[in-house]
Amino acid sequence: MNNDNILIKAEKLTKKYGDFIAVDRIDFEVVKGECFGFLGPNGAGKTTTISMIDCVLPPTLGKLMVGEMDVTKQARAIKSMIGVAPQEDNLDPDFTVFYNLTVYSRYFAIPRTEAQTRAQRLLKFIQLEEKSKVRIDQLSSGMKRRLILARALINNPKILILDEPTTGLDPQARHLIWDKVRDLRKQGVTILLTTHYMEEAAQLCDRTVIMDTGKIIEQGKPAALVKKHVGEEVLEVANDEEVMTYLKKTFPDAQLEIVNDRIQVFSTQPRGIFTELLEKFRFKGAILRDANLEDVFLKLTGRRLRE
Amino acid sequence: MKKLGAVSYFSLPKLSYRIWLVWLRNFDVFMKTYMVNFIPPLVEPLFYLVGLGYGLGGFVRPQEGLRYIAFIAPALVCVSMMYSSFFECTYASFVRMYYQKTFDAIIATPVNLEEVIAGEILWGATKSFINSTIVLLVILIFGLVSSPLFLLIPPLAFLVGILFASIAMCFTAIIPNIDSFNYPSFLYITPMFILSGTFFTITGMPQALQLFAKIFFPLYHAVVLTRGLALGRISPSLLFNLGWILVFIPIFFVAAINLMRRRLIK
Repeated sequence: MNNDNILIKAEKLTKKYGDFIAVDRIDFEVVKGECFGFLGPNGAGKTTTISMIDCVLPPTLGKLMVGEMDVTKQARAIKSMIGVAPQEDNLDPDFTVFYNLTVYSRYFAIPRTEAQTRAQRLLKFIQLEEKSKVRIDQLSSGMKRRLILARALINNPKILILDEPTTGLDPQARHLIWDKVRDLRKQGVTILLTTHYMEEAAQLCDRTVIMDTGKIIEQGKPAALVKKHVGEEVLEVANDEEVMTYLKKTFPDAQLEIVNDRIQVFSTQPRGIFTELLEKFRFKGAILRDANLEDVFLKLTGRRLRE
Repeated sequence: MKKLGAVSYFSLPKLSYRIWLVWLRNFDVFMKTYMVNFIPPLVEPLFYLVGLGYGLGGFVRPQEGLRYIAFIAPALVCVSMMYSSFFECTYASFVRMYYQKTFDAIIATPVNLEEVIAGEILWGATKSFINSTIVLLVILIFGLVSSPLFLLIPPLAFLVGILFASIAMCFTAIIPNIDSFNYPSFLYITPMFILSGTFFTITGMPQALQLFAKIFFPLYHAVVLTRGLALGRISPSLLFNLGWILVFIPIFFVAAINLMRRRLIK
């Protein structure tokens, strides 16, 4: 990795609230032009981390540089090159769609006519032109997410922060957002994405970190992480005592997990086990599927419910 | 929550021209619904003038040598200053901060939190200026103003507005939820409304209560000043009232910003 290309660099970055450690001495680097994912269950410290990058939360300890600037010293300069699409809807309900963009542009000191041109272009980009004069409360949640994305782009940011951009959206709206994120990445925008949708991370991110309880527990390219921790394929069989006993006995190296009423078999040669199972038990609802990031995620962070 | 030492409540905020961008956002919202915003402040004082001035005034002996209606008229201008700025920076600011997340949206830009709060306070002061000037016009039309010094009342309204807006913002920074505004509204603003020489001269009150009003009620000082300007009754003692306001403005302004920092930047 070329040093000149590092846009964000965190060293032992820590955030404490009293005795509670939200982010615990994490190190990471984000390269110019990549889409970098923060994965983790609720409460992992993802949003806290990106809020420190956006200079909204001051770090408790450690060092955080954005574009060679220190977040504790040059907050304004950093914020002017970042666009943020937060998790919660904080669009301005007192204004129309178009006015939301132009009012926001003033905070970046963008001249009025330039702001109007950009607002129009961005509404076209997110396919909301016809809603330009509509009040915010008349938008669907998918439209609001798109508008939040457009608002985050009003200052032509070098870095775009997307905090769970598709949570709660229907598949159509989600795919539209994904398309737009890919477009932006092609245009050279560096993207930071937090998500707990593994498919989203696999689709969009060049590299990701997996966080849990404030720590980074793994990092790498999504495909490489899957290969490293799960392998290429996962075998799933209906949960059955007979099958379980057989699997334990015959394949002691395979890792077995019971998920709902199915057994997941993680192994270096799932295909072999699959064939044998079919021979031995005829059909027991066995399927062989591609391993995915969700398998990695659950393997690393466990199945305990996070509130 | 980060603990603040006594000194940090008064550490100086970092402010820039961006305050006005926050102010402008609120002004834009205001202008979108100007009919709603201009009519009530115009109509409300009419009820007080007619009901209290002409109605109750028939039973009340002159206060400070003035007909009752002439006595209360300048006070109504001040009540408008207090209400418009105080409620703007309590309920309205709280809605923007807590429910609409407007502050969160703004501080993700080069505008910082100190500027957001300062902009909100200046906007509260502007509401004081606008609403009380409308009331001033009403009492002018009623012939209850007798000195050209009344022209100084709108700038005074802005100053008084900064003070009330700053006090309001301190409450906004510390209350847990919007219902808690009942405490400052009923236990501070309402007694101040009644006991600040607004509807009767405070010399009729017990000494201790008079002293209390002079120390804790900004409205008292605003009323004395406004009455003096509206009626041309100028004396050196007005400097004390003006001084009181000028001393407390920076104290509450800076405290409001630091309390808000404590609330929002953890």
